[in-house]
Amino acid sequence: MALLEVKNLGISFGGLRAVDAFDVAIESGQLYGLIGPNGAGKTTVFNLLTGVYQPTEGKILLDGKDITGKKTIDINRAGVARTFQNIRLFPALTVRDNVKAGLHNGHRYSTVEGILRLPRYRRVEKEMNERAMELLKVFDLDKEAEYLASNLPYGKQRKLEIARALATDPKLLLLDEPAAGMNPNETNELMDTIKFVQKEFKMTILLIEHDMKLVSGICEKLTVLNFGQVLAQGNTKDVLSNPEVITAYLGE
Amino acid sequence: MSFLSYLINGISLGSVYAIIALGYTMVYGIAKMLNFAHGDVIMIGSFVVFITTSATGMNPLLAVLLSVVVCTILGMVIERLAYKPLRGASPLAVLITAIGVSYFLQNIALLLFGANPKSFTSVVKIPALNLAGGKLIISGETIVTIVTCIVIMIVLTMFMKTKPGQAMLAVSEDKGAAQLMGVNVNKTISLTFAIGSGLAAIAGVLLCSAYPSLTPYTGSMPGIKAFVAAVFGGIGSIPGALLGGVILGVIEILSKAYISSQLSDAIVFGVLIIVLLVKPTGILGKKINEKV
Amino acid sequence: MKKKMLNTTKNNLITYGMVIIAYIIVQIFVLSGSLSNLMQGLLVPLCTYVILALSLNLTVGVLGELSLGHAGFMCIGAFTGAFFSKCTFGTIPDGLRFFLAILLGALVAAIFGILIGIPVLRLRGDYLAIVTLAFGEIIKNVMNVLYVGKDSAGFHFSLKDQMSLNLADGGEVIIKGAQGISGTPKNSTFTIGIILVLITLFIILNLMNSRDGRAVMAIRDNRIAAESIGINITKYKLMAFAVSASLAGVAGVLYAHNLATLTALPKNFGYNMSIMILVFVVLGGIGNMRGSIIAAVLLTLLPEVLRGLNDYRMLIYAVVLIVMMLFNWSPKAQEWKARHSLKKLFGRKDTAAKGGN
Repeated sequence: MALLEVKNLGISFGGLRAVDAFDVAIESGQLYGLIGPNGAGKTTVFNLLTGVYQPTEGKILLDGKDITGKKTIDINRAGVARTFQNIRLFPALTVRDNVKAGLHNGHRYSTVEGILRLPRYRRVEKEMNERAMELLKVFDLDKEAEYLASNLPYGKQRKLEIARALATDPKLLLLDEPAAGMNPNETNELMDTIKFVQKEFKMTILLIEHDMKLVSGICEKLTVLNFGQVLAQGNTKDVLSNPEVITAYLGE
Repeated sequence: MSFLSYLINGISLGSVYAIIALGYTMVYGIAKMLNFAHGDVIMIGSFVVFITTSATGMNPLLAVLLSVVVCTILGMVIERLAYKPLRGASPLAVLITAIGVSYFLQNIALLLFGANPKSFTSVVKIPALNLAGGKLIISGETIVTIVTCIVIMIVLTMFMKTKPGQAMLAVSEDKGAAQLMGVNVNKTISLTFAIGSGLAAIAGVLLCSAYPSLTPYTGSMPGIKAFVAAVFGGIGSIPGALLGGVILGVIEILSKAYISSQLSDAIVFGVLIIVLLVKPTGILGKKINEKV
Repeated sequence: MKKKMLNTTKNNLITYGMVIIAYIIVQIFVLSGSLSNLMQGLLVPLCTYVILALSLNLTVGVLGELSLGHAGFMCIGAFTGAFFSKCTFGTIPDGLRFFLAILLGALVAAIFGILIGIPVLRLRGDYLAIVTLAFGEIIKNVMNVLYVGKDSAGFHFSLKDQMSLNLADGGEVIIKGAQGISGTPKNSTFTIGIILVLITLFIILNLMNSRDGRAVMAIRDNRIAAESIGINITKYKLMAFAVSASLAGVAGVLYAHNLATLTALPKNFGYNMSIMILVFVVLGGIGNMRGSIIAAVLLTLLPEVLRGLNDYRMLIYAVVLIVMMLFNWSPKAQEWKARHSLKKLFGRKDTAAKGGN
């Protein structure tokens, strides 16, 4: 059974079909790409999968469980974490605290224990610090742990967002244009990191990307979206050589 | 019949709120700031009329005109000295500065005129209207207030169609884009403050003609209520200010008459809270969605 | 990692130390008799304002929501505490009674914080500000018409006048509408005030450095991102707001037990008070607790220092406020300060940028 199964997903905004009859099945551990021209509805799909928008029809199953129409926080708790196209960090928190915020649900103590600094506070905070540093190391951000997130250069901010998402211990990771605004060197590095995350964390990853080098380099399967509808779906190579896809991208 | 007379009084008070609310709403729309000193401009305007009519015996209409000029200039000066340097700073910083300006105006008035309430002589010389065989009396002040409010609304709506009015709309929509299209943003903001403050002078005179006790703190509460009216109707919207002001005035007078004179403020604010909970951006406000 | 932990701890210790040292210095002045009566009378109100500023900074700086009705929570705390003290006068020993009054004031203010917070925290920005302002005015207004009496049959309430309480013979009116509560025991002292300031600081600073505080600040920085990592927005907003309200309630209890007669005037519980507290917070630095303390103390003392200037003092206060705001916040002034400060030029920000590459 697929980890993520989406059937006939659709949403309208005041008569406009933003996404229509969207189907996808992603196996556990797969690295899956969602591509398409600007305005095709890719981010809308992400917003539907994470409960930012409520779908007008269709079903979303995660690990066999129906998560359709649930609230964002419940979907995150069920195991879906994401990053954003326009980076959304906590700029006034340190890099490490950004990751620790992601660890929020996995590591608990009560408000009173926190204020009075009881033993559990000390123990759990220590665990959180260690886990946060582990994650930061994966993304080579451990040296900047004490910087304010807003002081990081752009490429590192994108990585920090991924680290924060991973901190919630998800089953499925959604990356919205992770390479946007990166130079070729940074993109190469990012590709390695994503592959590393896939292997090391046994993570299932769905990503939106425009950088074809990245898509063809790491995605195992692809879905192409055009005008809110699935244009093509399948193995990366086959999809990218599909003449319809090429037309959609380059125009007639 | 008494209900009708309360209702008319409410509309009259609401018209004053509406005129003050216009100042709030226009400034908020364009500068995205809560101009807390607006209420005190009303008070200054009323003092100008009080001093000139009682001390020099100036013709009341001339005094009102003078008051409008003084307040218009005052509004522009305040904007130039206190708010303009803070353009681009946190809205909270501008808010606190506006509070400082409000304290400043109140204390200047306190120094110049003292804390004792002055008894303001109405500038309205129109006789009261006797209807239904003396059962319904509408005072001259009420008539003038409502008519003034209607005239101001019509003129302002027409003004918004002119070039400077369009420039105002453009600046309130997007400052940067307006600048690129050749709109002089500084001048437009200055003009907005000028109009808002000039209207405040008129509102002050109308308010003091109906409620003739004038102190340095006179403008404070009506200012707050007018601001509430602006939010009520949907801040940034001119018809919203009219609607919010009138509804607020009517609720205030009716609750004073039928429920409790002491609790009327609590009722007014209570209704505001309920309206905002049902319609979070006010009656005529636009809903803004955050893009993800 | 260690470094930052140390830094926060060190920073917090400086704040605690500052309060304690100020306390010791004042006590020396008091004991040597060199503090005027006027100044001595100002000590408890000073503690009240400091607690209020700290608690509002939790809402404005940490939660990131603008509240213009903080005096409303203070008012609730003040009346709850004073009411409790009057009712139990003579039945509970002084110290314990005051302690219970503080707890009760905090609790009732927190309950109101939650009741107001549930609907209101859905609103954003200026709308939230205006609703809190409205709430503060409602509380003040209601307190001015509230009559509560006690007789052998129990408590009686009225929103009209004393007569409609229908008290039996020997009954006592405790809250007398606009005349408020009089005869509250004078339990507040400077020492208790300072202890409450320290407790307030302890709660807020420790909260900020805990899991819950991080969640609150994450919501402040980016609500949508906070939601995406499973943080319950409503719960944490409400928690921070309730803690902030309860601390304001504590300040109210302290304030009430320093007065012979407690009335809800526009001056002490109206929006003027809420705004004065907000001025402390903004001038002291949003989110900066030490700054709030310093600003509250300086701005409360400033009119007293200027007392010799009589009528001009509030005018000067207003001018100082405007000038300080312009100097601290105007983009031009900030540019100027950046150019004229070596620390800013070669300080932390610079190394951070360098290290980041």
